[in-house]
Order: sequence, then structure tokens, then C-alpha cells
Amino acid sequence: MAKYILKRLIAMVITLWFIITLTFFLMHSIPGSPFNEERATSEAVQENLEKFYQLDQPLIVQYGNYLKSVVTFDFGPSIKKSSQTVNEMLGRGFPISFELGIITLIVAVISGITLGVIAALRHNGFIDYLAMTIAVLGISIPNFVLATMLIQQLAVNFPIFPVATWSSTMHMVLPTFALATGPMAIIARLTRSSMLEVLTQDYIRTAKAKGLSPVKIIFKHALRNALLPVVTILGSLAASILTGTFVIEKIFAIPGMGKYFVESINQRDYPVIMGTTVFYSSILIIMLFLVDIAYGILDPRIKLHKKEGI
Amino acid sequence: MEKTLEVKDLHVAFSTYGGEIKAVRGVSFDLYKGETLAIVGESGCGKSVTSQSIMRLIPSPPGKITNGSVLFKGRDLTKVKESEMRELRGADISMIFQDPMTALNPTITVGEQIIEAIIQHEGISRKNAKEQALDMLKLVGIPNPKERLKHYPHQFSGGMRQRIMIAMALVCEPEVLIADEPTTALDVTIQAQILDLFKEIQVKTGVSIILITHDLGVVAQVADRVAVMYAGKIVEAGTRREIFYSPQHPYTKGLLNSVPRLDLEDDELIPIMGSPPDLFAPPAGCPFTARCEHAMEVCSRAYPFQTRLTEEHHVECWLQDERAKALLAR
Ligand SMILES: Nc1ncnc2c1ncn2[C@@H]1O[C@H](COP(=O)(O)OP(=O)(O)OP(=O)(O)O)[C@@H](O)[C@H]1O
Ligand code: SF4
Ligand SMILES: [Mg+2]
Repeated sequence: MAKYILKRLIAMVITLWFIITLTFFLMHSIPGSPFNEERATSEAVQENLEKFYQLDQPLIVQYGNYLKSVVTFDFGPSIKKSSQTVNEMLGRGFPISFELGIITLIVAVISGITLGVIAALRHNGFIDYLAMTIAVLGISIPNFVLATMLIQQLAVNFPIFPVATWSSTMHMVLPTFALATGPMAIIARLTRSSMLEVLTQDYIRTAKAKGLSPVKIIFKHALRNALLPVVTILGSLAASILTGTFVIEKIFAIPGMGKYFVESINQRDYPVIMGTTVFYSSILIIMLFLVDIAYGILDPRIKLHKKEGI
Repeated sequence: MEKTLEVKDLHVAFSTYGGEIKAVRGVSFDLYKGETLAIVGESGCGKSVTSQSIMRLIPSPPGKITNGSVLFKGRDLTKVKESEMRELRGADISMIFQDPMTALNPTITVGEQIIEAIIQHEGISRKNAKEQALDMLKLVGIPNPKERLKHYPHQFSGGMRQRIMIAMALVCEPEVLIADEPTTALDVTIQAQILDLFKEIQVKTGVSIILITHDLGVVAQVADRVAVMYAGKIVEAGTRREIFYSPQHPYTKGLLNSVPRLDLEDDELIPIMGSPPDLFAPPAGCPFTARCEHAMEVCSRAYPFQTRLTEEHHVECWLQDERAKALLAR
């Protein structure tokens, strides 16, 4: 186990380095620089600024410096908001984004699994069709469309929920709902098909032949096996929720990381772009790692380590 | 002899898009206390459906017991409530399936899978249940049982898994054990070990066994009585001796001729030609007509009566009719 984790950690570091490198050079290949748009600055000021942010040095040197600062978890100062460092921005924005993301993930997982299980148990019945119709809608409607529809209907036409921002539980409902629907639909469909397949397995018949009650058969014998495929997609779902938060935060004016990120791209605020990318990539990589560990715990056939009986 | 189970005129059908498959068409047999009854027959003749119907385990829909009764301890199992049936399953009647590789849940330890059956039926503490599971593993010959309780199915070989299935089926001391091709998926030496285990356990516990197989070698090793099934019916039944040494039904004879036998000198193998009839529209007469070398006109018109030859031996074939016998004698 320890050996496996060590191996994975090394792989994670390499992946991260790859992402940093790729983002760094891609970002610098975008035409334009942080200082040459709207306000015309004098040559001298521009040069000074570039010197301060080390933009005058060769790209490869900048790259080296950046790697060095990442290792110390220092993402440097923002170019556009010179009073702030990227670390401060992350510190302020990320907790909010994290809250939105985690709540969304939990809502999506719980409701998706419930919907999928019910649909499977009522296979080809009315509830099954209803659940799967909802699921198809959920998958096909983009979250930003859903978000605007929700605001229009449930905040403007019928002012049940606040229109925007993130300050109370009521404020959380619409953004979470808009963001969770897609992943929930994906989980529901996967759970349903996986559950249907598991229910035809021989070991379910064995459980019945033992005289177990349907509740025990479903929850103890079927669900766990049915959820294995769901666990495997959690990593990529978390990724899509993460990117989804950028859009949803923008629509609902939630002061999370998304706001800073979108602004930073528009303004070519290099340190902010880099910092956010690196930070979010790390989170994703850790998520994927945790998912694999969870899978290994759920499915004893997957060997994370070499210890094995005959 | 005391009867443990009586199956009477059992009919089972599956409704499918193509129509109704009449998988079991009037099967009757008794199971005596402490005996092993083998049910043999070609693939698709309805052996598994018959045995699963006894425990009401056929998938429904599409399957349905359309007629008949299964008497156990004065109750008709085709009529009792599902909750009563659940109490019987695993406690009074147990079942072992063909493929030990897939019959155990891969994500639950074998210990837990045995223990949950005990707790379900005996309502004893987990600790006591564990003791009981341990004893059972010892009985079925699992080495190092204490360690093994904590292992998952994939950590066992096929033969060991089947032993675990047997332990699980017998742990609540059922009166009837139904084993549906319990050795088919295993190689020959393991197969012999498992069959020995069945005999050993039967002596110890007095359990009645219904053994389903298409392997006459297995039948010869363990069966007390044999029922031969063809196209959803039992066409001949009798003691093992009667079936092996004086088979009467042409299909039984065909089966015996198609397997190698050490006890007979003539070892020429003759497979049965042709294939069984379509169970969507089973023929009105004897279903073996198309493949039978003795087929007569009457065979395709009407199903033959049952002829009782001895206390246990009976057969359903027109050749037993006096008129046919007279014809043959000429
Ligand atoms: N779930 C089902 N749906 C439809 N038809 C079925 C179903 N289960 C069994 N049957 C039909 O019932 C008939 C008898 O099947 P059964 O499984 O009892 O055969 P068997 O004698 O056990 O054969 P085998 O030796 O292959 O196990 C077959 O013709 C099969 O097509
Ligand atoms: S009834 Fe006729 S067809 Fe059927 S087995 Fe007997 S002789 Fe053959
Ligand atoms: Mg079968």
C-alpha cells in the first residue's frame, strides 16, 4: 500500500509539472501582454513594470523562476491588482468556490444514486421513465442555460429565491441546483444501468436463495457493486463541476475563484492564471487519487498492493 | 419411506415476445428423507427451471408456475406468502448453483456471506454465528478456516469456492439441498472431491439432496434414484440400478449409449441424433418422436400413459403398451 501511494505521489508531481509547463508556455504564446491595452503607458513605465514582474527576462528564465516559486507555494503578486498576491486571492475566493463545489457534488451524488436506484427497481415502470426523462434533460441542458432559466422563474417571476450572490442558505439553492443537475443526471443513468446489470448476477440469486429480504439484497449485495462504476467517474465529474463553478459564479455573481480567473484571463494577468490553474490542477489530481483509493477499498479484487492469499 | 418433498404436476411457463415457452410441463416426483435424487437430461429440458420453481426463484416476470403443487411439511410452496417462502429459503431448503465463480458476491468476505445467512434465520448473535460459520467451514474441508473467513471470493480456487457455497447452503441445517450442476464448472479431480463431500455430509446430517446434472458419471457416483427429463417432462424414473441396468425409455437408452461406461464391454458411443422440440409449441404426442428409432404412428398423436414397472420404476412410452409389445413380439 505504502509503495503504491508513493508511486502515485511521484506520478502526481510529474503530472503537475507537465500541467505547469504546458500552461506556462501556452499562456505566453497568447498574443498581447498585461500592459499594452487600454491605457497607454510610457515606454519607461512599461519597462519598469516588466522588470518588476520579471517579464523582461528570457522566457526560460521566467519559467525557472516560476517553478521555484511554485515549490514554495508562492504564486506571486497579481499584475492587475497590484495590492494583492495570488495567494490572497485564492485564500479569499477558493473557500467560496469550494463550498459551492462540494455542496454540488454531494447533492449530485446523493440525488443521482437515489434516482438511479429507484429507476432500476421500477424498471420499465412509470417512475423509471420519469427519472430517465429528467436525466436526459439534465444532461442535455447546459448549466448556464438552466441557471438563467432558474433565475428567471424562481427569482424574478416568482421571487422565492434571491437572484444572486452567496450569503445565506437560500442564496445557495439556485446555483447549486443549476450546477448539480448535469452531474446528477449522469450519475442517475450510470447507477440505473449498473444496478440493472448487477441485479441479474448470480450472487443476487444466491442471496435470494439464502432467504435474505429484498431490502438487504438491494442495499447490501447489489448497491455496493452497482456503485463501483459510479466511483470511477467521480473524478471526472468533480472536474466538470470545478469548471462549472467558473460559469455559475459569473452568472450568480458569487465572489469565488471563478470571478478572479475569468478576469485574469481577459487581462492576461499571468500570475493569477498560472496560480489558479496550478491550484485547481492539484486539487483535481488529488481528487483522482482519492477516487482510486476509494475504489480499491470498495472492490477487494483491485489490488493496490501485492499482499495476496491463495 | 418418509417423503420430504412432493412435487405434483408442476407446470412452468415463460412469457416472451415470441410467445409462451412451456419449460416444465407436468413434472411429478417425490423426494425421500436422506436420499439423493438425480435429475438428468439434455440442456434446456427444464432441470434448472424445475429446481428453481421449488424455491420460487424463477425470475417473474417472465416466469410463472402455471399449475401444480410443491408439498413441503404439509404446505404447498406454490401458494404460501412470499414472506413465508423467505423464511424457508436457506433454512429448510437450500440451493447450490453451477458456477462458484459468480455465485458469491465479490465484494463481501465469505465469512460475512455465511454469517448473514445464519443471522437471518436463527437470530443469534454475530459472535455465535461466526463460531457456527467456522465449524461449517471446517466440516466442508477448508484449511485454516479462521483466516479464511476474512477472505474475499477471488482469493479462493473454484473447488474451494464450491465448498464455501456448500457450507453456506448447509449452515442452517436444511432438510432439502438442491444442487444445480454443482460440479460442472470444476475439473475432474475436484469434482470427485466435492461429490464425496456431498455423501459425507448427507451421512452426517441426513439432508435430502436433489442433484441436477447432465453427467451420468456423477449420477452413477452419488444418486439413489434418477429422474430422466426430456422437453419439460420426466419420461422415466427409477432407482439408480433400474435406470442404469434396465432402462426402458428410448431416450434413457440413448443417453446411456452416448457416454463411455467402464462397466460394459461394448464401448461404442452412439450420440442421440436430432434436437429436442420447440417448447413454444410442444408436440401433442411424445416429444421424442422425431428422434426415436422406435416411433410409431400413435407416438406423434398422443402422449403415452405412465407405465409403472416396479415400486419406483416408471416410464412414459408407447412401447410399454400391450398392443405395441404384441406388435414387437411378432
Ligand atoms: N428467464 C427465462 N426466460 C425465458 N425462457 C427461459 C428462462 N429461463 C429458462 N427458460 C427456458 O426454459 C427452458 C428450460 O431451461 P432450463 O434452464 O431449466 O434448462 P436446463 O435443463 O437447466 O438446461 P442446462 O443443462 O443448460 O442448464 C429452456 O428452453 C429455456 O429457454
Ligand atoms: S412413445 Fe414412441 S416416440 Fe416416444 S419414446 Fe416411446 S416409442 Fe419413441
Ligand atoms: Mg440448468
